Amino acid sequence: MSETDPRLLLLSPDDNVLVARAPIAAGEPIRVEGLELPAATAFSLGHKLARRPIRAGEAIVKYGAVIGTATADIPQGAHVHTHNVRSNYTATHTLEEARTAYEAAREVGKT
Amino acid sequence: MTELTGYLRADGRKGIRNRVAVAYLVECAHHVAREIAWPRRDEAHVIGFPGCFPNAYAQGMMERLCTHPNVGAVLLVSLGCESFNRFQLESVIRASGRPVETLVIQRSGGTAATIARGQAWVEATLAELSTQKRVPMEVSELVVGTVCGGSDGTSGISGNPAAGRAFDRLVEAGAACIFEETGELIGCEEIMATRAVTPELAGILRGSVAKAARYYATLGFGSFAAGNADGGLTTIEEKSLGAYAKSGQSRISGLIKPGDIPPKGGLYLMDVVPDGEVRFGFPNISDNAEIVEMMASGAHMTLFVTGRGSVVGSALAPVIKIAANPEMYRRLSADMDVNAGRIIEGTASVDEIGQEIYDLVLAAAAGRQTASEAMGHAEFILTYKSFEPIGPACLPV
Repeated sequence: MSETDPRLLLLSPDDNVLVARAPIAAGEPIRVEGLELPAATAFSLGHKLARRPIRAGEAIVKYGAVIGTATADIPQGAHVHTHNVRSNYTATHTLEEARTAYEAAREVGKT
Repeated sequence: MTELTGYLRADGRKGIRNRVAVAYLVECAHHVAREIAWPRRDEAHVIGFPGCFPNAYAQGMMERLCTHPNVGAVLLVSLGCESFNRFQLESVIRASGRPVETLVIQRSGGTAATIARGQAWVEATLAELSTQKRVPMEVSELVVGTVCGGSDGTSGISGNPAAGRAFDRLVEAGAACIFEETGELIGCEEIMATRAVTPELAGILRGSVAKAARYYATLGFGSFAAGNADGGLTTIEEKSLGAYAKSGQSRISGLIKPGDIPPKGGLYLMDVVPDGEVRFGFPNISDNAEIVEMMASGAHMTLFVTGRGSVVGSALAPVIKIAANPEMYRRLSADMDVNAGRIIEGTASVDEIGQEIYDLVLAAAAGRQTASEAMGHAEFILTYKSFEPIGPACLPV
């Protein structure tokens, strides 16, 4: 049996993240480097998860190259993204806050 | 094997399309230009510059674009009072051997009369262009650009490496290939520099990325859109490493700036970030600005890799759309030319998709419509910038 789920792609041997090559639902069982666990969150295609535990301040490595720095401890198998990684160059801009506020306001409007 | 043919221009370059460019010289003339081109919009494409202040970069870009090998004739549409040097532009086009006419709205009786005159000119000119014969053309005479837009976590593992393979094939066949957006190479400068043909060029490549990093840091945002994060990309350097794969594995022959024509076949990095202090805002405000700059350097067509699903094409030069994400491909398949998402699903290799892209480049060059062409996409955008000329070490002989 392979150590890692075939839906998770290791791009370079030095990487500490894996890439989802298929969508994975929250709670679905996944296997990461021999560890069986339920997916903590849903993973969309192309999103990353921790190949092994990563400590805050550690470099995130993908394609064998540094893509940023962990801003929090990241457990093995957890989603690695803007909530726990920062760029070493320029901050990442997202519409996450705007979207959450918009959706909350629409919810209030419905009731 | 596809037989390539092209339209021979007086400067020796060959075009793979024979378009009429209808060029507005200030935003105030945009509507009239659009109305002129509209009845024949598949063959008459609208390009132009919106600003009323003079700008050497915009002047140079318009001169290059109006004498692009895919352009057979040009109609200039001026309001009459803008600062754009239409006299010089018209002279450059005339010297290139192309039919050219300038309509000045303020002197042509206003909107309706200018549209009528312009439409008549376009009709007559297209009839004239249709008699031009195509002549044999070699792959080595092609200039191909590449860009990625709407990138996501799939772009860097499927579409971009496959476009890179196609680039390797083209460079091997003697074509000139251009990759760009130094702001999306931040984090790749050291690996990229090892591919330069000379140590001096290596330093120049590193310097171009350092300039981009400084420029974007001043602006406060990297070349990274909100949708990139939705698609799983976390940082600019992660996006960069994926984008970098489009360049393939060839040695890098030189660094050019928008409007510089590659002197021979090979792989070129285009430095798109302005020189000097930060002014005029973001270097390229959206994907089409990058396509326009590669066209100004002679690109006959552009390979466009997209993960989230960009639908754009371009005026003057066809765009080949490469879907990196198989889920997006299923939603937007009519907009896409190639499904590189098969690499992610394990049903095709990077080499196979690279070959498919290469074959499609030849087919599109031979006249086959791409998806965006078939749907009438002909986007164009040009904004203010300023550059210093490149030095001799940028193009080692």
